[in-house]
Amino acid sequence: MSGSRLEAVDCPSVADLACRSRKAKLRLLQMHFESGVGHLGGNLSSLDLLLAIYHDILTSDDQFVLSKGHSAGALYVALWSVGRLTDDDLKQFHRDGTRMSAHPPAQGIEDVLFATGSLGHGVGLAAGLAMGRRFQRRPGRAICLTSDGEWNEGSMWEALIFAKHQDLNNQVIIVDENGLQGFGSTTEVANIAPLADKFRAFGCTTLQINGHDQMALIEAMETRPEEGPLVIVAKTIKGSGVSFMENRMEWHYLPMTAAQYESACVEVANT
Amino acid sequence: MRQAFCDSMVREQSREDFVFLTGDLGFKALEPLREAIHDRFINAGVAEQNMVSVAAGLARQGFRAWTYSIAPFMFARPFEQIRNDVCLHRLPVIMVGNGGGYGYGVMGATHHAIEDYGVLLTLNGLDALIPAFDSDFTTLIPSLFTTQRPTYLRLGLEEKPKDWTAPPFAPWRKLVSGQAGTLIAVGPIAGSVWASCMERPEETRPNLWCLSQLPVADLPEELWRDISQTPRLVIAEEHVATGSAGSAIALKLARMGGVTSQFRHVTALGYPSGLYGSQKFHRAECGLAPASLLAAFDDKAAL
Repeated sequence: MSGSRLEAVDCPSVADLACRSRKAKLRLLQMHFESGVGHLGGNLSSLDLLLAIYHDILTSDDQFVLSKGHSAGALYVALWSVGRLTDDDLKQFHRDGTRMSAHPPAQGIEDVLFATGSLGHGVGLAAGLAMGRRFQRRPGRAICLTSDGEWNEGSMWEALIFAKHQDLNNQVIIVDENGLQGFGSTTEVANIAPLADKFRAFGCTTLQINGHDQMALIEAMETRPEEGPLVIVAKTIKGSGVSFMENRMEWHYLPMTAAQYESACVEVANT
Repeated sequence: MRQAFCDSMVREQSREDFVFLTGDLGFKALEPLREAIHDRFINAGVAEQNMVSVAAGLARQGFRAWTYSIAPFMFARPFEQIRNDVCLHRLPVIMVGNGGGYGYGVMGATHHAIEDYGVLLTLNGLDALIPAFDSDFTTLIPSLFTTQRPTYLRLGLEEKPKDWTAPPFAPWRKLVSGQAGTLIAVGPIAGSVWASCMERPEETRPNLWCLSQLPVADLPEELWRDISQTPRLVIAEEHVATGSAGSAIALKLARMGGVTSQFRHVTALGYPSGLYGSQKFHRAECGLAPASLLAAFDDKAAL
């Protein structure tokens, strides 16, 4: 049922941002349902950002690190959306003997530079990539997508201080600010709101966008700060596009029942 | 040893792929390297976790990335970054820990690293090097610019008599021949006991072997002969017993059918008296002083 619904989403042009978002969401739901796994909330909050990154932003000169590794599902679907992974690949998600583990793997997928999943690593890794590019006088940028709860980790601030001090203006940090983390909201657990002000206080050029507006990210990425890094705080909705999942903690963890899957697909397909 | 290390690093200054990161340490030691490689010498600040992640990123970009701090801050604080960012991706980052073991003496327990290589060797594909002599760096440093493996380099102090010439760096080196048994010492401890060995007549001194590379390579035939022909075996290292070189050697011997009944493993014991002092003080508390190690080879010593 879901497969036919996916096939019915005809996107004549990948430039049709809403259409490709709808199609990718359906594929993400299908993949998670068939694998019987959760983590959907954070995947749905990141998906539009990842689609814009892979379809419109990354060039052959750029590199990408997914610091919020628990959104690997959205990463795989974005790679599927641009033809870097196949349907057969996605069918292996979470299976025994798969390359498609629940968090990005260390080997096996050319587009995945680093295994992530333990939070707090991506900004430093991207800083190393950016610094290497500078030494090599190579163009392009190192782009990193983080979660918002991830900024609880001290290593994130170590990396931010480093990137700013080293003036890595070829590094971009995108924050998926969905407002929910492992066991509560970001304001309940360790409140550092407003997050964007913290980045500005560190001297970083900081933009705030709607993280489900792919064009907003594409335009924000045009910004080339004189001093780096560029930080983009993308306001998102955990579980975006599926009303019974939106802003609900349990969808960080739960797999869907058949009825929930059907309901989610109907809603996404008719959006 | 740090001076010799720095001198050898400076000799590699023309390599365009060479990047060195320090966790804000190296005062009065690494300045020549900083002056030699300019902007490729990066003070990453007091932020060891990030330093290792950045090094991994640089290595992914094709650079030979080195990180430096004192040993406890190099292996313990950024352990997850070493595990995830470096070792999972088999990146040849070289992590230099100065003052391994009780090297920082009276600075106290937070500055000691008596669990460093044992902890790190749990990681797949990592090598640990424990040079014993300043001259080791002449061959060791160039080889580390070609290794494909993550590597931990534990620096200590050279402890051999100044005018003695050490054999070239090798995982296993025989320093002394004797008839009273075999003493295997890890890294600088071998140098510390070398002169005391030579003061003894051949009949009462042990064969002295220096081990400087882990995981433990296959035992050289001559070492196997030494152990087989003389029943007493003592392994000494400035490291706790768990995860030690001694444990690995004992396992190798067991597999080779060479278990000896006269075996002593002398290791770091932590802080038996609860007191602090110099490296020499802590070694003495653990039985790692040369006299204690050699007493095991006296006629009536019970092992």
